[in-house]
Amino acid sequence: MKFRSLALAAAIASVGLSAAVVSPSAHAQAKEQFFPVLVYRTGAYGPNGTPWANGYVDYLKLVNAKGGINGVKISFEECEFAYATDRGVECYERLKGKGATVFQPLSTGVTFALTEKAPVDKIPLVTAGYGRSESQNGAVFDWNFPLLGTYWVGADVAIQHLGKQYGGLDKLKGKKIALVYHDSPYGKEPIPLLQERAKMHGFTLQLLPVAHPGVEQKATWLQIRRERPDNVLLWGWGVMNSTSLKEAQATGYPREKMLGIWWAGAEPDVKDVGMGAKGYSAITLQHGAEPNSKVVKDMLAMVHAKGQGTGPKDEVGSVLYMRGLISAMVAVEGVRKAQERYGKGKVMTGEQTRWGLENLNLDDKALADLGFAGVLRPIQTSCTDHMGSPWARIHTWDGAKWNFSSDWYQADQKVLRPMVMSASTRYAEEKKITPRTPEQCKQ
Amino acid sequence: MGFFVETLIGGLMAGMLYSLVALGFVLIFKASGVFNFAQGAMVLFAALAMARFSEWANIALGGDSLFLANLIAFLGAGVVMFIVAWIIERLVLRNLVNQEGATLLMATLGIAYVLEGVGQTIFGGQIYTIDVGMPKDPVIMFESLFEGGIMINKEDFIAALIAAVLVGVLTLFFQKTPTGRALRAVADDHQAAQSIGIPLNRTWVIVWCVAGIVALVAGIIWGSKLGVQFSLATVALRALPVVILGGLTSVPGAIIGGLIIGVGEKLSEVYLGPYVGGGIEIWFAYALALVFLLFRPQGLFGEKIINRV
Repeated sequence: MKFRSLALAAAIASVGLSAAVVSPSAHAQAKEQFFPVLVYRTGAYGPNGTPWANGYVDYLKLVNAKGGINGVKISFEECEFAYATDRGVECYERLKGKGATVFQPLSTGVTFALTEKAPVDKIPLVTAGYGRSESQNGAVFDWNFPLLGTYWVGADVAIQHLGKQYGGLDKLKGKKIALVYHDSPYGKEPIPLLQERAKMHGFTLQLLPVAHPGVEQKATWLQIRRERPDNVLLWGWGVMNSTSLKEAQATGYPREKMLGIWWAGAEPDVKDVGMGAKGYSAITLQHGAEPNSKVVKDMLAMVHAKGQGTGPKDEVGSVLYMRGLISAMVAVEGVRKAQERYGKGKVMTGEQTRWGLENLNLDDKALADLGFAGVLRPIQTSCTDHMGSPWARIHTWDGAKWNFSSDWYQADQKVLRPMVMSASTRYAEEKKITPRTPEQCKQ
Repeated sequence: MGFFVETLIGGLMAGMLYSLVALGFVLIFKASGVFNFAQGAMVLFAALAMARFSEWANIALGGDSLFLANLIAFLGAGVVMFIVAWIIERLVLRNLVNQEGATLLMATLGIAYVLEGVGQTIFGGQIYTIDVGMPKDPVIMFESLFEGGIMINKEDFIAALIAAVLVGVLTLFFQKTPTGRALRAVADDHQAAQSIGIPLNRTWVIVWCVAGIVALVAGIIWGSKLGVQFSLATVALRALPVVILGGLTSVPGAIIGGLIIGVGEKLSEVYLGPYVGGGIEIWFAYALALVFLLFRPQGLFGEKIINRV
């Protein structure tokens, strides 16, 4: 009995001690800029969430290895939510009180859930390449930052690309385009833009939802075989993407006629399919796999060579790893920009970081200095544009690796802007938000 | 008409694959009265073992013989599933003899979590490939009868054949062998089986081992189709309506249930889906199973439970 009590006491003491010693990141110190990291390394979407998380965390380590943000070291803490919206919100609630700089949930469902919480807690919500498309309008969505591109940008570029392949957008008239999408807020996001474009160009849009997680798609692809659409747009995530490609192969649908969004255009989506996915293309969120970029070389030399890499070395520079890394970079640059106004070498609050993110100006030189030359185009945000860059290009899988296969496309603002304004105004009316005026924006 | 036939055939073949997973549920329930919630995790665990052993064996053999590498991997994964069965019996089941069904069900839930976690810790959590030479391209048949012909997926067809053979073997095993009869006796009553000299512990190891081998075959087929990754564990959820419909104690029931669910969900998705926004096949399978539950709670082929009062 005495031994059991002693053992119990020792166990409790060791748990307490390990909490204090092993996870210093869990206790953001006053002099450290704290980044909560919502990740999903487990569950159905783990194979895609893991490289993103590794890239994100590695970049924070790289910034620390380079001396921090003007001397301010970064601390971080991961919270695993397995791509479940309720658990994502739980992670947010758990970490927001620790001095969170920004949240990046990597889930459109969680983004929808947090959009109303972020203004209350005054913490920016950075959603690089996902989230609500209308949140580009920062006058209404003060705290949302869909940096680098929204799904409406992706959908717009997809139609431009298909139009170009047919010899002009007018040639889309009479064509049939199928959208195979993840039946979730993420998958439904491009539908309004595609419907708008369908009206403009006279093509037929066929909507084919696939239930989570997307391992059973036979009925979907039988319908595609029956309808024989001219092109298939793939808006999947995780195992759904590789399953779509395998079903396309099994039903004899040409992979060259398939075009995926950037979340359906990474190594885990095609690696398992191999040559079966040859010819399949996907839109990129500007970057692709970038093993030769300077930032990757820095990462290998300053983080991985010292045994501090989060994941395997050969993953560094892959598409989703780069996505995570870039997501961390824009958040860090938001803090750096905020320091220009609120004091260099100081820890920034969420509110101060929000100003930094709204006034980002990463030109070619700044990007080159950070190691992103050739990876990204300049990013410039403003009060009315929280996206900062509407560019994308296409890459194609050759059976072994992704290769860029198009020039740059810019989402057509004449199509996008009215939709963003209309949807954000509707949201403002519904939530009784008064959009910021140009004068308020300057503050 | 051609499209309807194609959908029907596609549904039947998908149904056979569901049956393969459902078999695992039926086997363990039939032989031990336990509803094994860990069947999906066992499929994942077995597939992970097979994929990684095959990869490692292929490297060790210098990439010369994929067949030999797969054979070694299959045997290795089989041994792993035997060890898993033995550990489950030693650590979990032995301590729960004569406990309520709900207690055993909860124990299998725990086993599922442990297997999912340990499997990914040992073998990795990335996407792995099982290449057993399954053909991936379709074949078009009956072009003279139907416009555009009927497309048959060769991979699904072979998988359905393998499932059918496995079902035949297992039916014979349960009906015609002394071990099979012992398993059924244990399922009926643990204590009565023990009283007539049936060794309970060994019987449980055997049945979990057989279920492990079924999980391995299911894992190879599903893994070859989808890639080996966590989502394989969710495939078991597709088999739940199958066992509800077919009955938890019937091997042929798992097959007929699988075929009905497979055909039902494909036809519903294709013909009803467009009217209700699509994406209905998963809940449709459960709705179908629910209807069956209302009229035949024991399923199509399950044993009717009669309680004396």
